[in-house]
Amino acid sequence: MSSEQGDFITALLDPDLTVPAGLSDPDGRPAGRRFSVYRNNVAVSLTEALKAAFPVICKLVGDEFFEAMAGVYLRAHPPKTPVLMFYGVDMPEFLAGFEPVAHLGYLPDIARLEFALRQSYHAADATPIDPEVLQNLPTDQLMGSTLQLAHSARLLQSEWPICALWLANTNDDAPKVQMQAQDVLITRPEFDPQPMLLGTGAAAFVEALGKGRNFGDALKTAGKGFDLSAALAILLTGGVITKISKGADT
Amino acid sequence: MLDGNRRKFDHLPNRPGVGYKPQHYSDILENPGAVEWLEIHAENYMGDGGRPIAQLRYLAEQFPISVHGVGLSIGGERALDADHLARLKHLLSWLNPASFSEHLAWSTHGNHFLNDLLPLPYTDATLTRVADHISQVQEVVGRQLLLENPSTYLAFDASEMDEVEFLREVVARTGCGLLLDVNNVFVSATNQKTDPITYLNDFPMDAVGELHLGGHDKDTDDHGAPLLIDSHGCEVVDPVWALYAHTLDLAGARPTLIEWDTDVPDWATLAAQAGRADALLAKVAQ
Amino acid sequence: MSYQVKTLAVAGAVAAAMTAYATTGVHAQAKEKCFGVSLAGKNDCAAGPGTTCAGTSKVDYQGNAWTLVPAGSCASTDLPKMADGTARMGSLEALERDIPA
Repeated sequence: MSSEQGDFITALLDPDLTVPAGLSDPDGRPAGRRFSVYRNNVAVSLTEALKAAFPVICKLVGDEFFEAMAGVYLRAHPPKTPVLMFYGVDMPEFLAGFEPVAHLGYLPDIARLEFALRQSYHAADATPIDPEVLQNLPTDQLMGSTLQLAHSARLLQSEWPICALWLANTNDDAPKVQMQAQDVLITRPEFDPQPMLLGTGAAAFVEALGKGRNFGDALKTAGKGFDLSAALAILLTGGVITKISKGADT
Repeated sequence: MLDGNRRKFDHLPNRPGVGYKPQHYSDILENPGAVEWLEIHAENYMGDGGRPIAQLRYLAEQFPISVHGVGLSIGGERALDADHLARLKHLLSWLNPASFSEHLAWSTHGNHFLNDLLPLPYTDATLTRVADHISQVQEVVGRQLLLENPSTYLAFDASEMDEVEFLREVVARTGCGLLLDVNNVFVSATNQKTDPITYLNDFPMDAVGELHLGGHDKDTDDHGAPLLIDSHGCEVVDPVWALYAHTLDLAGARPTLIEWDTDVPDWATLAAQAGRADALLAKVAQ
Repeated sequence: MSYQVKTLAVAGAVAAAMTAYATTGVHAQAKEKCFGVSLAGKNDCAAGPGTTCAGTSKVDYQGNAWTLVPAGSCASTDLPKMADGTARMGSLEALERDIPA
């Protein structure tokens, strides 16, 4: 069975196709550029949605390039739901396969970071623990405890300096980007997500905690060179720990 | 306390409201001027938490809220998106807004959401589909829906009735109300070479729960005829204010929204538009 | 590392983290103020796109992305290539992890 709306959409997304039959101006002539109003509404609004979704990618490649690239993306990956705050989930993989940016290997991970920042921004609220609770817990008990982490916390690991690249494109006085792999934990104290650079082993530590491993096991996972104090400071100031469940004494 | 507020805000007052923009959050609380209520787009408050939800919860204690959906695709050929309907139901149930509205349009087809209000032919088949979808929505969310007349840029050869006739029949079949967008009336009448006064005189004003006013852009079609575009990006023009005054003469005072969604101005400019609507509202029976 | 040493090290790390936490002062903000846009107004970039019920008179020019060259800040971002001259490989797997899983 043919679908009128299916044909309408196909023609909307491909300006090379003719305007569907049966659409007219008030004098009965073919709709012509009247149909283009809908084409523009769709393409321009989704292009602007993508610019709002990936401001750092846009800054990295420039407006003109980004808009042209968005035109390709929005036709290959139109939104799947009307909840546009999460539009662009396919952008990292799209960038990885988009030939004109093949030389910018870090773009897919920057897109992952920008998407994760949005997920964090809209994630469920959670009340962080009073840090006194952590301090007052005897170390033996802490080692056997599991920590519940806020939904707004997101962990990313990259071969690229994603945190430095993000900062360099969002802050005027950010330091020059040096080539290095970077792990990032997005924290959301109150309402504003912040990408926090993690030191050696911290990503493994946080990941283990997120999977429900106890504190002692997570510590073992982190391995040599891990700075527990620095990692805990990020978790506490970021309001990431929402519950401590005491386990058996070790 | 929230329950008390909810009772207090169980309907929109016959006064001006504005489309809420987060950049105006502090201004609205400190200096609302003539603005008595706020409208939000349902889809922008379907996240799990964070600042948008926190702001909305707080504003809903101070102002009546109108939830305006833009993504249900009431006129879609296929079944309504059950997941989206569930998200909408969740929002309406925790927020318990004073009003809920959607559009006579479609935007979703299969797995694609096109982020625009796409046009419909006014036929018996469309009427049946739209009425069925509205009845389903009203049943699921447990409240009345106000259906908004669209801005249209072209005509369907297949149309069998005019827009007002179509809307009147939808109301008769579903018991829904109507949201009359006066700017859309002007835009569509210009684009379709019809008379906006005749449209308003025919319109079933008893069903109207809310009015919209907004700005539009001017373009031309392939033959040099005026083609107006519903951009919500500038002030309401004088001919639309005149149609608004005519609407108030026909309908009496109704909750009136100023929509400004692109190139959003500072609060003073937006509040001044609300003030202009308020001056006209003050002249008619409440 | 002996168990005794490890326990001491953990206790010391917790104490040091507490000191770092106490000096940030992030926990003292007024709730209502936080609802508004804060942090120099930059934060709401993170909100991402919203819906619209408005049309546009802007024209989609369908620029040909395949012939354009990226020309933003990437031009001044000089990241080294691998020894063999190829670009460094980006991460091939989805690395972002949802916490909790």
